[in-house]
Amino acid sequence: MKFVAITSCPTGIAHTYMAAEALEQAAKAEGHEIRVEPQGAAGAQALGADVISAADAVIYAADLEVRDKGRFAGKPYVDVGVKAPINDAKAVLASAAEAARARTGAASGAAAAGTGGADVPTPETKVASGAGVGTRVRQWLMTGVSYMIPFVAAGGILIALGFMIGGYEIADAEPSTVIDDFSVVSAHSWGALLFLSGDALFAFLVPVLAGFIAFAIADRPGLAPGFLGGAVAVTVEAGFLGGLAAGFLAGFVALGLGRMPVPSAVRSIMPVVVTPLVASFVTGLVMFLILGRPLEALMSGLSSWLGSLTGGSLILLGAVLGLMMAFDMGGPVNKVAYTFATAGLATVGTTSGDAVEFTIMAAVMAAGMTPPLGLALATVVWRRLFTPAEVQNGKAAWLLGASFITEGAIPFAAADPLRVIPSLMVGSGVAGGLVAASGATLRAPHGGVWVIPLIGSPLMFLAAIAAGSVVTALAVWALKSVGRRSRPPESAPTAPRGHRRLTSRLRPPRREDPRRTEPCPSAPRRSARPSACTPAPRACSCRPRWRPGSRSASPEKTDPPATPAACSR
Amino acid sequence: MSEPNRPLVTAELVDTGLSASDRDDAARQLAALLHKAGRVSDLDGFLDDVRAREAQMATGMPGRVGLPHARSAHVAVPSLAVGICPGGVDFGGPDGPARLVFLIAAPAGSDEDHMRILAALARKLIHAEFREALLESPDARSVADTVIREVDVA
Repeated sequence: MKFVAITSCPTGIAHTYMAAEALEQAAKAEGHEIRVEPQGAAGAQALGADVISAADAVIYAADLEVRDKGRFAGKPYVDVGVKAPINDAKAVLASAAEAARARTGAASGAAAAGTGGADVPTPETKVASGAGVGTRVRQWLMTGVSYMIPFVAAGGILIALGFMIGGYEIADAEPSTVIDDFSVVSAHSWGALLFLSGDALFAFLVPVLAGFIAFAIADRPGLAPGFLGGAVAVTVEAGFLGGLAAGFLAGFVALGLGRMPVPSAVRSIMPVVVTPLVASFVTGLVMFLILGRPLEALMSGLSSWLGSLTGGSLILLGAVLGLMMAFDMGGPVNKVAYTFATAGLATVGTTSGDAVEFTIMAAVMAAGMTPPLGLALATVVWRRLFTPAEVQNGKAAWLLGASFITEGAIPFAAADPLRVIPSLMVGSGVAGGLVAASGATLRAPHGGVWVIPLIGSPLMFLAAIAAGSVVTALAVWALKSVGRRSRPPESAPTAPRGHRRLTSRLRPPRREDPRRTEPCPSAPRRSARPSACTPAPRACSCRPRWRPGSRSASPEKTDPPATPAACSR
Repeated sequence: MSEPNRPLVTAELVDTGLSASDRDDAARQLAALLHKAGRVSDLDGFLDDVRAREAQMATGMPGRVGLPHARSAHVAVPSLAVGICPGGVDFGGPDGPARLVFLIAAPAGSDEDHMRILAALARKLIHAEFREALLESPDARSVADTVIREVDVA
């Protein structure tokens, strides 16, 4: 097998090189190929991209932060600390080989179907050199998702806390509430502060997802076009599915450009200037011109179709709205469903009594709450079907789901869309249908469990959510167990389990390297809400203000693309 | 920095009969050799740096090697002091008390060429033949010569 390794230690003169030598000697003895980059005081000859891409796994024998770690994004790796190879390089190579096999094995995925849940060790599979397309696609997706998760969790929890403290109307708070009129003793001020901060983080969800998918494909030159593609996906309201597409588009354009033969004079500026520039232009062009208009048509088509359903079976309507809410969680389909409900809410206004519009609103909110809740449930019950990062995200998803922040489900859906999205739709469809059948009502456009006082028949409402969540979890379990091994594929930034044990036993805490400051992939420096209220070709193509279920519509708004309500601030 | 081209180790920096109560004592005895040779300006200051490094992570290596080391402002030229310790001195290594103790002294701001020599030394320590050769050396001079020969960066 082929490996690459990074070694480093605090002083950079002894362990770094002993570990490197030990790995090289052991690899020779075991018949592996290895290239080591000692990141020590003697300067490092950096591993080339071709060497890295040919490697089956990466060994981090580093007690300092690895320089330029992005080079290895998406590769299977073990992280063992500098002492492990000095003490037993053979064991380190064996665990790296296992990590490489686990990755390849998970990808081939054909054997051992239906063993989900059982405690089956990863079968030894033949190792193909160079991962297959499926594996790589998943690595790319997981890279994007793993960078997005902190934004989802932190942003979602801030928003939920904002609702808790400031009530659901906090979603209409102006930035001036916080900037000009902040009062330390006002719950409204604090709620607004929390909500606006979470809202700003949510603005990054799709750009970060797209940006780091492109980064995983094309390395740093992919970052700018990827972020751009994600931002345009937000602008044209393509949701996270649009972001996925944008990430792949930007990544491959950048990768292709990076591989083009160019004169040596230009080569040095390719990765920094030319590739990001050209790839950004191409990505922007495709996203705006090719995706924008059809999406608009799709949305208006769906809207009128929904309108034609009114007056028919309310249960059917609730179920359909539920399916739509869960389909793209903030994308065009979700938006149509959410707007349909809030527009209805606006038409009945403050009518007392139980207008059917109130029930539709309740169905839509329930359907938007079950995706994160169902997934959170699934991560608890069938932990092994999820990566460690997903299990962590599952903990935040409880609060996000309870607060009607459907985005909590996006990391799961983006990582495994074909299995997760249908599961979410089934559960949300059930929840929407049940709410419609029960006749529960809701008089607020958002808020989750924090608006229970505004819900008619709250027990029925909660029962519908519970049922929908259980259905979601069961569906996820069923789909994820089919054609997949019992052990989940490990995501890029998390370590394979087997070597975790090795890690905890061997490695001392990582230290800051006193010799340098590491640049990290930082978020764009522009304001958190880059396009808010800038003039744009479409009436409401500024980044809409976040609303539960991601939609920008205000209750008084009937046709979101035509009414720039969200832009006016 | 007065004599940047002095060899890494000479016979006067080798103690073939090192006897030390603990790793601190071993480091002190070897550092004294460096101090006497004018390679370390402030003995206590340098030892503080070595101790600080040792506190981060024990430098006992497989093969019964102790490898105290530091980059220190009190070091004039990259240097190595070698102690052969038949009785062994504990450096926290995985397979018993160290019989070979290498004290590496690197100047705080030394350039990469010097560091490359130390890197080559560290790599050599992995090889059992190198350790055996040192243990079997008849005298201090041959220890120094063996190190210089093996570490010579070709």
